[in-house]
Amino acid sequence: MPLDVDAVVVSNTHLSNDYNVLVLAAPAVASQVQPGQFVMVKPGVGDDPLLRRPFSVFEVLRDDARVTGLSLLNKRVGVTTRMLFALTPGDRVRCLGPLGRPFSVTEPPERAWMVAGGVGLAPFATLAAALRERNVKTTLFYGGRSATDLFHLDEFRQRGVSLTLATDDGSRGVQGNVTVPLARAFCDADRATPTRVYACGPTAMMRAVTELAATHGRAIEVSLEQVMGCGLGGCYSCVIPVQRDGGPARLVRSCLAGPVFDGGTVVWEQLG
Amino acid sequence: MSVDLSVDIAGLHLRNPFIAASGCFGYGVEYADLVDLSTLGGVAVKGLFLDAREGHPPTRIVETPSGMLNAIGLQGIGVRRFVAEKLPLLRAHGAVVIVNICGSTIDEYAEVARILDDADGVGALEVNISCPNIKKGGMMFGCSLQGTRDVVAAVRRVTRRPVIPKLTPNVTDVASFAAAARDAGADAVSLVNTFLAMAIDVETRRPKLSNVVGGLSGPAIRPIAVRMVHECRQAVDLPIIGMGGIMTTGDALEFIIAGATAVQVGTANFVDPFIWNKLVTGLTDYLQRHGLATVSDLVGTLDITDRDTVWTSS
Repeated sequence: MPLDVDAVVVSNTHLSNDYNVLVLAAPAVASQVQPGQFVMVKPGVGDDPLLRRPFSVFEVLRDDARVTGLSLLNKRVGVTTRMLFALTPGDRVRCLGPLGRPFSVTEPPERAWMVAGGVGLAPFATLAAALRERNVKTTLFYGGRSATDLFHLDEFRQRGVSLTLATDDGSRGVQGNVTVPLARAFCDADRATPTRVYACGPTAMMRAVTELAATHGRAIEVSLEQVMGCGLGGCYSCVIPVQRDGGPARLVRSCLAGPVFDGGTVVWEQLG
Repeated sequence: MSVDLSVDIAGLHLRNPFIAASGCFGYGVEYADLVDLSTLGGVAVKGLFLDAREGHPPTRIVETPSGMLNAIGLQGIGVRRFVAEKLPLLRAHGAVVIVNICGSTIDEYAEVARILDDADGVGALEVNISCPNIKKGGMMFGCSLQGTRDVVAAVRRVTRRPVIPKLTPNVTDVASFAAAARDAGADAVSLVNTFLAMAIDVETRRPKLSNVVGGLSGPAIRPIAVRMVHECRQAVDLPIIGMGGIMTTGDALEFIIAGATAVQVGTANFVDPFIWNKLVTGLTDYLQRHGLATVSDLVGTLDITDRDTVWTSS
């Protein structure tokens, strides 16, 4: 059941000039979060900016067994993200959630490949934790502009996740898009090992990953980002073209039917 | 002192004057887990044509200063599926249902109205002659006095339900449209729908909305909407449902004092889906503080004595 809380900012860690991790004291929301779900947040109480913004839950934070809150991975690009970047402990953020359809967390013998581009890393910390609980062999393919844009690598390693990195400038890992090492891995992989692919990042990247997965006959789930008004199915703004069972493409609300979709059902050429 | 928040409008009894605005609340059932729908004054469901519609491709909304543009394009399941699948759920939740009806032609409006007249659980029909985002129908009728009269009369002929045309603000003199609606048999009017508007990405020189233009809503439009409700109230003796950027009880009170018997809340529901209780509490407090027993004691009580008023209306 989604809740709306007026969450106190516990900490705001700047990871770079553009990225930060914001920790919110929202245990009642956090304790319900499943990997891939999102929250609708609004810093400040005024009418400008007016609407909330959707954010994947980055981490569910615990003090021993007790859930204490959640964190958001934020990249400053617009008005709201600039406000979220500038918050200080003690500030408050409206936080409504958790919302949306989560990832399906696979089980052995299937292994998991998580493919992240930039701020698309956000849903994979909670997914990695859930996969670890089930002893699923997990790899993170993670791309960014340069080495300084790749975060939380140690945290993923500590969760037993193998890392394959890529940067546009070649300062860390393979030079180029994350799809470069991913394509190589698809070719090198033992076909007999069942693999589920999870992708989140720029639309062009998720489309390329979906095409690779299809070529190699692997299941793929993508977490899509669409301009969203309410997060609850009220406004019909966040639609995604989806095609199922050979039928015509239909525009479905990504807040209810997503944000996680079977990549093979998304009509990518109709998606901006 | 106990106060009575209920209002009667066009023969419809509402528990309180707060109605979820059409296009901002899905078919209502989306919110049933979060909000007790029976505690709202009413639920105006998303506009319905005879058949299902896909609407516009994304991008469908863009935020603007203290407001938002939308060009959804009236995506919807069509009136028959609504009657079969959604209406029974709304009834089960105890919602007072106002069905927003659309048409590309006058005949289509009438056919949608006729189907709803046969259905149980429809409180009233809100006739959408004001959607700015569709090529045929909608605002095309609502920007013409004759079109307004023709649609309202056609719906009036086929239904026993209260008929409430939803007026567009994209006209010079909204009160004359309220008068046209009254003359054609409307029981009330609701106003305003969104203001036709646009926003441009200057880097790409592309419109931000796929439909190029869309409708502006939110607090940015509220003062204009209040003025239009005031004009209709002064010019036409017809109940009014007011709307446009209501975010707080105080905002709603402006509309009520200007002459609205009930109000609709749209964009604010996106920001705060739990707004309804806050509005009810705020209104109760206000009435008690002002020694008023009922909401109708407040409707249209704007005091403009000793003020020079310049009219733009007829």
